[in-house]
Amino acid sequence: MTDELDIRTAIKDTLPTVFGYIGIGLAFGVVSQSVGLSVLMVVLMSAITYAGSAQFIMVSMLVSHNPVVSIMVAVFLVNARMILMSTVVAPYFKKDSMWRNIFIGALLTDESFALSMNKVNYTEHKMSFEWFNTANLIAYFTWMIASGVGALLGQLVAHPERLGLDFALVAMFIGLLYLQVIADRSLAKSLQLIVILAEAVIIYLGLIFIPGNLLLVVGTLLGCATGVVIKHAFY
Amino acid sequence: MLSTSYVLLTIVGCGIVTLLSRTLPFVLLKNHSLPPLVVELLSFVPITIMTALWVTNLFTQHLGHLPSVNYENLFASVPTVITAVITKSLLWIVLVGVVSLAILRAVM
Repeated sequence: MTDELDIRTAIKDTLPTVFGYIGIGLAFGVVSQSVGLSVLMVVLMSAITYAGSAQFIMVSMLVSHNPVVSIMVAVFLVNARMILMSTVVAPYFKKDSMWRNIFIGALLTDESFALSMNKVNYTEHKMSFEWFNTANLIAYFTWMIASGVGALLGQLVAHPERLGLDFALVAMFIGLLYLQVIADRSLAKSLQLIVILAEAVIIYLGLIFIPGNLLLVVGTLLGCATGVVIKHAFY
Repeated sequence: MLSTSYVLLTIVGCGIVTLLSRTLPFVLLKNHSLPPLVVELLSFVPITIMTALWVTNLFTQHLGHLPSVNYENLFASVPTVITAVITKSLLWIVLVGVVSLAILRAVM
């Protein structure tokens, strides 16, 4: 990565991440089609809700005929981490217009968030609307197309789980985590490693008594608090 | 069979929820700044959130009991991490991860 923040650079920075979206988007399309969603509904869900992994939960809840409100609550809980990510990204766009802020927020994803946090390590903590918006739009259209293609392919593939596509997203999280650690110069490497280990323990223990959806937000906040305490005590 | 109106209503309802989660912080923080302690807290979000998303995928939850290990994802993570260290390329990391899980499922 370089310190450039124009559209061309954004495309170059974002392209490696599209394979993650393609894998999981295809998987989402295949799965949704197999439980009875039409290709049109799959594409509409990706285009309108655009909620990544939460869409898998939506589909499973739709299939078991849950009330719409329950599904909305579940999606809110799964994507509540978006509130955290938006809060981190928003200060970079204070000088941009309200509409630009809303547009960046509306299409923010785990990957464009992680990629941008990686990017600012190379740009002296500057961010541009052009760069972020390009990263967002590439993610959005890739996701929409991949899920539609997945739904079409779903009619052909008998055992989609054999392809291992459901691991694409986990692999991407691993990659983004590693790239973040090696790129971030504002926090000491040893501190980052300790916080990652602490977070892993928090999540493991949290799995015992905090429902999975809530755990992502509670566990992340606890991990951040642990990081602040350790930083002030030892760094 | 799922009715179109039920699916559409869910899609739009969940769309509104997701949109608000993503955009409200931008609207609220446009003219306000966060206290320094909160900024410091949030500086840990990228690594903690990615760790949380990864680790939750390594286990299967049984509320009230210890989680069980998802061996498929755990084993597939090993070559994925090694690839991350060697290549530092997201493309390779995702490809090796997916292929690892596919191979694991074929042999396990």
